Amino acid sequence: MDLNYSVEEQAFRAEVQEFLSQKLPKEMSDAIRVGRELGKEGHEKWHAILNEQGWLAPNWPKEFGGCEWNAVQRHIFEEECCRAHAPRIVPFGLAMLAPVLQKFGSKEQQDHYLPRILSGEDWWCQGYSEPGAGSDLASLKTRAVREGDHYVVNGQKTWTTLGQHANWIFCLVRTDPDAKQQSGISFLLIDMDTPGIEVRPIILLDGTHEVNEVWFTDVKVPVENLVGEENKGWTYAKYLLTHERTNIAGVGFSRAGLDAVKRMAGSQMHRGKPLSENPHFAARVARAEIDLMAMSTTNLRIISRAASGQAPGVESSMLKVKGTEIRQEINDLARRAAGAYAMPFVSEALEGGNEPAMGPEGSAATAPQYFNNRKLSIFGGSNEIQKNIIAKVKLGGGA
Amino acid sequence: MNFDLTDERQMLQDSLRRFLRDNQEALSASTRLGNSDNTLGFDAEIWAKLAELGVIGALFSEEDGGFGGAGFDLTTVFEELGRAGAVEPLLDTAILGGGLIAALGTEVQKELVEQVIGGEVHLALAHGEPNSRYDLAQVETTVIHEGDELVLTGRKAVVVNAEAADYLIVSARETGVANDEEGISLFLVPRDSAGLSLRGYPLMAGGRAAEVDLDGLRLSAAARLGAAGAGFAALKRASNRAEVALVAETLGAMEVATDLTREYLLTRQQFGRPIGSFQALQHRMATLLIELEQARSAVINAAGHLEATAAEQALHVAAARNLVGRAGRLVAEESIQLHGGIAMTEEYELAHIAKRIVMAEHRFGDTDTQLERFIDQSAA
Repeated sequence: MDLNYSVEEQAFRAEVQEFLSQKLPKEMSDAIRVGRELGKEGHEKWHAILNEQGWLAPNWPKEFGGCEWNAVQRHIFEEECCRAHAPRIVPFGLAMLAPVLQKFGSKEQQDHYLPRILSGEDWWCQGYSEPGAGSDLASLKTRAVREGDHYVVNGQKTWTTLGQHANWIFCLVRTDPDAKQQSGISFLLIDMDTPGIEVRPIILLDGTHEVNEVWFTDVKVPVENLVGEENKGWTYAKYLLTHERTNIAGVGFSRAGLDAVKRMAGSQMHRGKPLSENPHFAARVARAEIDLMAMSTTNLRIISRAASGQAPGVESSMLKVKGTEIRQEINDLARRAAGAYAMPFVSEALEGGNEPAMGPEGSAATAPQYFNNRKLSIFGGSNEIQKNIIAKVKLGGGA
Repeated sequence: MNFDLTDERQMLQDSLRRFLRDNQEALSASTRLGNSDNTLGFDAEIWAKLAELGVIGALFSEEDGGFGGAGFDLTTVFEELGRAGAVEPLLDTAILGGGLIAALGTEVQKELVEQVIGGEVHLALAHGEPNSRYDLAQVETTVIHEGDELVLTGRKAVVVNAEAADYLIVSARETGVANDEEGISLFLVPRDSAGLSLRGYPLMAGGRAAEVDLDGLRLSAAARLGAAGAGFAALKRASNRAEVALVAETLGAMEVATDLTREYLLTRQQFGRPIGSFQALQHRMATLLIELEQARSAVINAAGHLEATAAEQALHVAAARNLVGRAGRLVAEESIQLHGGIAMTEEYELAHIAKRIVMAEHRFGDTDTQLERFIDQSAA
């Protein structure tokens, strides 16, 4: 047992800190710190800065232009990015599709798509969930019928995050309706400009346009856009989901969130003393911090095992559940700290207008984030599904 | 013991429920998050009809020109408002504004109460400040006497219904230091007074509020509401009444949240069967229903003690708000989770209902503050 990072890991952390202090634009970190939206251009700008540094693709092999960092390095990088209030990297192309293409894609697909992900030329979104296929993803109904040198796709995807910015979508489609659920699914790459695709916004309960419905009506997709083999898409989808879950614990987000709560509580007076000294509030913060300390060590235990080549099992489901519970609790603490100033819905403060902010710094974003992050325990395999996985492994029987 | 509503209250509940149901579309269209076109914060036509139905009058005693005003009148009305997700500012115009004028006003000032009951006048309580958090006695806004005039300077925070209000009831410190209960005066101020400016905004759970700047607001002594420096007791009484109304509203919203969730569990199919057939989800639904009944009883306790001594009122109000705050958060969060993604969308009713439940906690004191008040009151 040694809870310390190695000398090399410490040097790496210093290098990341140096980069962030030099290259992360202040207006960007200021915006993230108080919970403002970045918008498409902001995301693209940060993407370009990381690409120039060669640090855009921590998990990619070097042969594809990635960093090939091990799990501990990736963890350090993510932790430092959160601490510095760097923007989140939009993961759909870089962290989700790319590993699938690298493992299952053709040489042509790798040569064509991977450089365009790095350059930012392509913005990918994910076509997985459907109105009738959420937790039960394998029941998806979007059909793709082979006709000569293309597929004709009909159906509907939903919860497509940032699909309004995307020019490409990777989709799970049903190619064999007669096969057992998981067996008849294929993995298709679809150009969003193809006729017959319609993107409709879904406004979330915090007023944001973050997700979309994507409708497909007789959309023609060239057969060379099939990844791997027809009807093997479920295998690739599951592979992708394991990558979706690598940073699922969100330790960095929780640390940054907890720091923000402490800052706000220090600035708010309650009965003549800073709220941070109020025993009831302090107890809530302390409990969250104690949970986070343990969870981040669980995270590191799993990460260091992964770094030595062992694949995580049910532990990643455990991390997802605990990590999202802690993040949601911290969001709850933030709205509590903001007091009455959690009530205003001030889009100027969220979107960076000229109106002076009201209330303590960051208070305008507390309630929207609290409500928006209810999604954490729903998406990426709901926490109920994660518990089914844990129970199935540990107790056997059906999930 | 009798836990049934009186015939009058039953009729009030029935007619209000029917009215709100029949007007669901107008209620949700004009007032909710994302609709920035409506700078009033509510639907004026609905307001007029609520007055016509006697809903506002039910919140005032006969002595004050109404035909109700007791704790159970408040809870009957607000439970229905909560069920409908209504954002109409009955709390601000009637309970707080109207209540304070009825309690403290001169005969001339009290004419406003009649107009409130008739739906003709709107009010807002400009009391909370950027540094006051939930402390009712924390008032930094100052009053200076200049000849016959009183000059108010300060800032009031998150004043709900301020833009629509014809008059604001403004608190200011006449004597003493920041959190003294003594020395707080109340003033009845026309919203368009020189020296009073508003910066309005929508609220997360619907409706609107404003930051109110008092920059040398000049008033005559006739603007006083009640005696100089003696506003605290009336403020406490008004906030107790408002908090009873608020827990009843949250209770109504919790009823709808659990109804929607139960319905969804019975109809949503995944893995080839309704998700309500999974025992893990059945138990969670059962927990919500247990907590809902706890909340209902807490609301009854608080409403039933609203005419009791100040100490008893305070104890039961704090108890109800603490319990309903905890149970409400659980119901809001679990209802969303049991639904999944659909409940994250603005257009689904539960999204609005969940926001009403959670954001109610941010008025007059969150669950922790209520816990402190309960402990203080129990020790007293």
